[in-house]
Amino acid sequence: MMAAIKKPRIRLKKIKFGHTCLVIGMLALVCFTALPMVAMICRAFMPLDELYLYPPRIIVQKPTLSNFSDLLTSLSASEVPFTRYIFNSIFTTVVTVFLSIFVCCAGAYGLAKFKPKGSSTIFAVITAALMFSSYVTQIPNYLIVTELGLVNSYWALILPKIAVAYNFFLVKQFAEQLPDAVLEAARIDGANELYTFWKIAMPLLKPAWSTLAVFSFVNNWNDYFSALVYINKDAMKTLPLALQTLAGGAGVVARSGSVGAATLLTTLPTIIVFCIMRGRVMQTMTYSGIKS
Amino acid sequence: MNAKVKRQKSKMDTRKSITGYLFLAPFLILFITFTMIPIAVAMGLSLTNYNLVQTPEFVGLTNYRNLILEDDVFLKSLSNTIIFAILTGPTGYLASFMMAWLITLMNKGRGAFALAFYAPSLTSGIAMSTIWLIIFSGDRNGYLNNFLMNLGVIVEPILWTKDADFLKWVIVIISVWMSMGTGFLVFLAGLQNIDPSLYEAAKVDGMKSRLQELRYITLPLMKPQLLFGAVNAVVGAFGIFDVATSVAGMPSPNYAAHTIVAHLYDYAFIRMNMGYASAVAMILFLMTFVIGRICFYVFRSEEE
Repeated sequence: MMAAIKKPRIRLKKIKFGHTCLVIGMLALVCFTALPMVAMICRAFMPLDELYLYPPRIIVQKPTLSNFSDLLTSLSASEVPFTRYIFNSIFTTVVTVFLSIFVCCAGAYGLAKFKPKGSSTIFAVITAALMFSSYVTQIPNYLIVTELGLVNSYWALILPKIAVAYNFFLVKQFAEQLPDAVLEAARIDGANELYTFWKIAMPLLKPAWSTLAVFSFVNNWNDYFSALVYINKDAMKTLPLALQTLAGGAGVVARSGSVGAATLLTTLPTIIVFCIMRGRVMQTMTYSGIKS
Repeated sequence: MNAKVKRQKSKMDTRKSITGYLFLAPFLILFITFTMIPIAVAMGLSLTNYNLVQTPEFVGLTNYRNLILEDDVFLKSLSNTIIFAILTGPTGYLASFMMAWLITLMNKGRGAFALAFYAPSLTSGIAMSTIWLIIFSGDRNGYLNNFLMNLGVIVEPILWTKDADFLKWVIVIISVWMSMGTGFLVFLAGLQNIDPSLYEAAKVDGMKSRLQELRYITLPLMKPQLLFGAVNAVVGAFGIFDVATSVAGMPSPNYAAHTIVAHLYDYAFIRMNMGYASAVAMILFLMTFVIGRICFYVFRSEEE
């Protein structure tokens, strides 16, 4: 009897020791991931004298908002105000995300619930397209965008990024789980196909398209290559490109406060969007595996 | 009677197919225009000499021959890309899995740990490069130089981003940092989805350690998630470009940070040699596709 009680105790200790090691290891890893982020956030609020302090500090001592007001009000960096870049980024990202939600959800719903002839081939092609790096299609896409006369327009940044295999894949795996009975009931009640999709299926697919929204937002917000290739007019640049212009070139020292503020403004939105949507994202990712 | 039912059924099937395709149409049109046709066009262009002004001139496999036999910078970019991919892909993938596994075992603080770990994957490579340039700054004001000099490891500041030998490692560290979260969410979801009663049953059957659980229950059940994560990791690891160019510049010192995508960009959009650049793109395509296929084979689900 005594032995029976003693045994689990020893095991408990072992687990505790292992656990402590693990927690230390995890903390080290989290330090590696988090320290640059902390430095980034602090530098945005550092007054100029602290930015050039020796020895350099990571944590800000006297936080100030002057970097942000410098960035948003000054015109000296270029003729285009920084708010224009913020608008460009927000506009193209939001429109892309919305269109991608509609196009990918409708497609995934059509494929998963109607199983049209040839649907397994289509799905196989889309799954294969998960393995295409977007850089591979960049040159022909440049030719197509040029041919359509879209260079230096918002559409150049939007149109090629709507029908993304990754987005389609996420929603399709989720749409498979939609109960046919619910959709059938709506049809028997006389709803047409569009109404059934819009009013019945879309609400049920909400976790899936919320996740799509997060990933699409993060990818498009951070996308640098598309803007680099399609945009050469200053006023049409998006944040990553504008930030790169701001951070390089002449007068860097005088602007390093603004660069810090711009870096934070470029980084923060994706993190906020992710934090808001975290619960739904987890719900969808459960279905995201590939069975081959 | 039977024939009538059959005919009605096939009629309904046709109608179902048409409705399905109507829903699919917008996606398919855009997908074909901006993904499928471009792949085909890239294949075709890679066999030509094309400078955007004159009509493409067919040159057969000359571009590929030149790439492999004469373009030393390409070979350098190829070896850099493979080294970066080998070091960052598996590291990010394994770290993500370990982290997801450990977080599901935790009782408290899951959310904070998950966010701290995942946040780097959400950041823009270009934005963070402004911070990396300060961390790896070559003077004594750089965070890393200052830290190492305080510890007494180095006496003189090191030119991290100017010296080709160090530069390579700087890019690897930054890429690992950014790839930490690859597959993290998929793994986390997959782990949370495993029926806990399986672990209890295994315990009754004499399974002793967490590692055994991992080997015999968790990993086999997570194959679909592991595959999805792996495919994304491969594509990400071979696509290192924006961080490398904005930290190291283009061209980087001694081409130490020159990757395949950088070579592609250089030939396509600076030198306007679209045929040659397409050949570079096709080699990138082949590499990710073949390795992706290998992942499909390794993580195949047995029941099907």
